Amino acid sequence: MIVAEPKPIKEILEMTRDCGKILVVGCKGCVTVCNVGGSKEVGILASTLRIAAKRDGKELTVDEHTLERQCDPEYIDELKDKVAAYDAVVSLACGVGPQFLSERYPAQKIFPGVNTKFMGGALEHGMWAERCAGCGTCVVHHFGGLCPIARCSKSLLNGPCGGSSGGKCEISPDVECIWDMIVTKLMQEDRLDDLLQFRPAKDWTTARDGGPRRLIREELVK
Amino acid sequence: MNEYRSGSNLEKVLKAGHFAFTGECGPPPGANVELLKKKAQHLKGCVDAVNVTDNQTAVVRMASWAASLVLLQEGLEPNFQMVCRDRNRLAIQADILGVFTHGIRNMLCLSGDHQKFGNHPGSKNVFDIDSMQLINLVKTMRDDGKFLNGQDIDVSPNLFIGAASNPFGDPSEFRVYRLAKKISAGADFVQTQCIYNMKRFREFMKQAVDMGLHEKCYILAGVTPMKSVGMARYMAKQVPGMDVPDELINRLKGAGKGKVADEGIRFAVEQIEEFKEMEGIAGVHLMAIEWEHRVPEIAKMAGVLPRPKV
Amino acid sequence: MNTSYEPKIIAFCCSNCASSAAEISHVMKKMLPDNVKVVQVPCSGRVEVLHLLKPFEEGADGVYVGGCQEDSCQYIKGIKKAEKRVEHVRKILSELDIEPERIDVFSLSAARGQEFVEIACEMVERIKAMGPLPIKINA
Repeated sequence: MIVAEPKPIKEILEMTRDCGKILVVGCKGCVTVCNVGGSKEVGILASTLRIAAKRDGKELTVDEHTLERQCDPEYIDELKDKVAAYDAVVSLACGVGPQFLSERYPAQKIFPGVNTKFMGGALEHGMWAERCAGCGTCVVHHFGGLCPIARCSKSLLNGPCGGSSGGKCEISPDVECIWDMIVTKLMQEDRLDDLLQFRPAKDWTTARDGGPRRLIREELVK
Repeated sequence: MNEYRSGSNLEKVLKAGHFAFTGECGPPPGANVELLKKKAQHLKGCVDAVNVTDNQTAVVRMASWAASLVLLQEGLEPNFQMVCRDRNRLAIQADILGVFTHGIRNMLCLSGDHQKFGNHPGSKNVFDIDSMQLINLVKTMRDDGKFLNGQDIDVSPNLFIGAASNPFGDPSEFRVYRLAKKISAGADFVQTQCIYNMKRFREFMKQAVDMGLHEKCYILAGVTPMKSVGMARYMAKQVPGMDVPDELINRLKGAGKGKVADEGIRFAVEQIEEFKEMEGIAGVHLMAIEWEHRVPEIAKMAGVLPRPKV
Repeated sequence: MNTSYEPKIIAFCCSNCASSAAEISHVMKKMLPDNVKVVQVPCSGRVEVLHLLKPFEEGADGVYVGGCQEDSCQYIKGIKKAEKRVEHVRKILSELDIEPERIDVFSLSAARGQEFVEIACEMVERIKAMGPLPIKINA
């Protein structure tokens, strides 16, 4: 899933400082799964904004709405009859949400309520880690099912570097050295040959380096 | 091979079978050429080549290529270091051509410390290619006369290709294989991280020799003299892949106040003597960072002077 | 500081320990201060972050949760969950420049009727000293 974290309240308050009527929009997709933008979190943010207004002696209306997803136009469309009434819309979806909302409702002030971090999965409840960098050419099978592009701080394809120590990356004792894991796994599986195989320079055109990406599936386009 | 790959002094010394002795010099954190020249002068005549670091620890300094040129002008032979952290393949290939044009003949290919360690931690991570791919790239440019994309280079750069090896890094059972991989990729010479655990290094070298790596590549053992007990402790705890035996720390402690640095030098000299006799070791790389003024005395004590002229 | 006001406090109390304690206090004729309104919940772990924020939205000056002690919670982890959620609300209050001490969580044993009342009184005193929920005067 796409993992995001809440924006600091002060930042959201600053963004919506002059607004008297705010709509907080959640998303039942990824951000619900990582507990940052679902209907529950929409409720919490709305309540927080109201408490702040009370604190400031200001009049403020905060309404709540959670869409199925904010990355499909048909769901974004659901707001068409109500959105004009608001001074600001705060989207708790990943970066796609505020952009789809802005595109569909160009006259509205749309604000992001979360900081989108990475594509990853849950390690345990409340803890998520990055797994995929969206490089566009998946070859995790070469590395025992582990991805060095996303999980090596230097995206080495012929790692590890000299900074790997005790299974940890040089950048932090909290970061595992993925190359330590790859080497350990492949050596256990008697795949030294795979480790000794020279991996040539990556073609980054399919990654974000190649420019903003678009995917068309002809068989699905009407 | 009868011909030289690059014709560098370091290559000539090694090919002739002499025990090589290289040093290191970090560029200044600015355009202080005088300081650089002063450090370089200490090393002149004591070493076969001088490593010039590239934004070491991700701290911005005068570019390695520029400092290397200063050293050339001063009559020393640089060992130009390049890290993969700061440049993409376009800049890398361009710089390789550039440095070769200006007379640089040795190049050390490294990954580079993550920018988080340095003084511009917010910078973008490049790592377009890794150190293994860089080694292979330089070899391809030199021996095949081709750029990374397969196109012909008009005049090829003939560089003596170096790589780094961390014998005690993790995962430890893989380290000798990684060294083998770098040699297959094209490394002509390798400098190891500084060694303190001689027993463990002997075991590592035995593996390397058994694999015949010393016949395909010149292996230089890294030596860094300990200046203080504090330094020894820091190296033991904070530097990845560093193995500093307790015996050494105790030996330094036992030297007495004001005498620790000399004891550190004495240990380094003992190491150099041992490396001269160790199978598979073609030379020593002395990293006396910010201690360049003591290199002549260390070189003298270790009996590596005068340096051979080939 | 306005010391003549009477704070409004909402107390979420679990139906096990906290309510037993409430009954005992009643028997002991120890009265809960009027400022405190008790909301009974099946378990302190059932109180969500939003439940804790709403009272502040609606004019409460303080909120607390009363639950069982760690080893006597019928639903095992109730009080631990409550503690985490109260901590989360403290963070939200801090970010709003509101005193995080306006919210708290207490674990009591069922028999401690006196303690139940003492906690209520402690909160009243604390919130009274802080003054009403800070309201900025518009310039």
